[in-house]
Amino acid sequence: MISILRSIWLTFLHAFRKRETRGYPEKKPYLPPRYRGRIVLTRDPDGKERCVACNLCAAACPVDCIALQATEDKDGRRYPEFFRINFSRCIFCGLCEEACPTYAIQLIPDFEMAEYNRQNMVYEKEHLLIQGQGKYHGFNFYRVAGVNMGVKGTGEGENEEPPIDLKNLIH
Amino acid sequence: MKYFFIIAGVLLIVLTIAAGLIYVERRLLALFQDRQGPNRVGPFGLLQVLADVIKIFFKEDWTPPFADKAVFIIAPGILMGSILLTFAVIPFTDQFLVLDSNIGLLFFLGNSSLGVYSIVLGGWASNNKYSLIGSIRASAQMLTYEVFMGLSLVGVVMTADSFSLREIVEAQRGGWFFIPQFVGFVIFFIAGLAETHRTPFDIPEAEGELVAGFHSEYSGMKFGMFFVGEYMGVTLISALITTLFFGGWLGPSFLPPAFWFFLKTAFFICLFILIRASLPRPRYDQLMETGWKILLPLVLLNILLTGAILIYKQA
Repeated sequence: MISILRSIWLTFLHAFRKRETRGYPEKKPYLPPRYRGRIVLTRDPDGKERCVACNLCAAACPVDCIALQATEDKDGRRYPEFFRINFSRCIFCGLCEEACPTYAIQLIPDFEMAEYNRQNMVYEKEHLLIQGQGKYHGFNFYRVAGVNMGVKGTGEGENEEPPIDLKNLIH
Repeated sequence: MKYFFIIAGVLLIVLTIAAGLIYVERRLLALFQDRQGPNRVGPFGLLQVLADVIKIFFKEDWTPPFADKAVFIIAPGILMGSILLTFAVIPFTDQFLVLDSNIGLLFFLGNSSLGVYSIVLGGWASNNKYSLIGSIRASAQMLTYEVFMGLSLVGVVMTADSFSLREIVEAQRGGWFFIPQFVGFVIFFIAGLAETHRTPFDIPEAEGELVAGFHSEYSGMKFGMFFVGEYMGVTLISALITTLFFGGWLGPSFLPPAFWFFLKTAFFICLFILIRASLPRPRYDQLMETGWKILLPLVLLNILLTGAILIYKQA
């Protein structure tokens, strides 16, 4: 008898507790910066595409939702001719981000991607490419890479030594 | 002409409250369960009732081919009818009551017993084993609880010396009956819960075991009548508790009497919902056992004591 009254009282006290329900569309939830949501392609600090179309993301993708075609500009710098992510397949596992050697492909805290038409879930490069640098500010792949792509001269990068003249014995 | 207005007023108030309880119950249950409840339709979700009613009216009103058609259709009507009739004897205030009958309380008890037919016949006519089990449970539960529902009111009748609900309220001018008749109040409350098939006594419809019990086969507005009938029953029992034990419309005079009546009734309706939110459904045999072995002797003892005290006072 006492336990019944007690449980009624305890239930009554729940009326003053904090609500478990979040008023979602009005009150947005907090998403941590590392939240794996919509995928974007970022640019380097100079405003050029980071992606070098190495296909590692497409290879890492467990559901094969990434498709891209590599091409080169007039300086020989590789970039994707098209870059297509089918978000109706994507499982937001983040393996593409882990595979990316240039920090080009990144997952951001945004999940509001619902569409009425399934075809609209296929994002092309113009939908994926953003103007900013995403999570890694100041990173430029060609600043640490060995090749000279007009960003820095050969052997002038960080942790890099000047090239050795193999024909000269004195060094 | 005055009669017509009172009857129309009572009908309007009762049906509005019963329909409004659909919203109130969901909102309050949510409150007790740390949720928000319906808050999308209209301001604070108040138009939820309207949306629900529109939905239920447009649902297919299906009568199963294996059902006993006539009885199947009549059953929900009996429930609504018996409960609505009882509101005729409820004194909302001194003036605002349809029928000041000198057998008001008996009228209520008779009608509440008639209400059982609705459930028994509904389950029987559905021709479905779960519905039938539900209605058998309902009839056994009613047999148990009708007995001491009636007996728990005997103390009140003895103290007030009248079966008229208006006179019972008048008799409480000196002090509300829930103090001298506390046992009667508690037992009437429990019996009222059982009477309206509210959790924890919703054994006839026990959705975990019997699909939906006696109204498994009902759909559309026929189900809606069972649904609203339940809320009307809650309103009725709350109004009766107010009338019999908590002084009806009596209260400090800075508010109109009708307001006091509705305030007290609303309190008991909320208590019904709170109990639904907190207590689990007992097993069937536990229910019968508490009914016959604990509550019945208690209520008889209450009558004995009340009688003894009355005789002592007279002497």
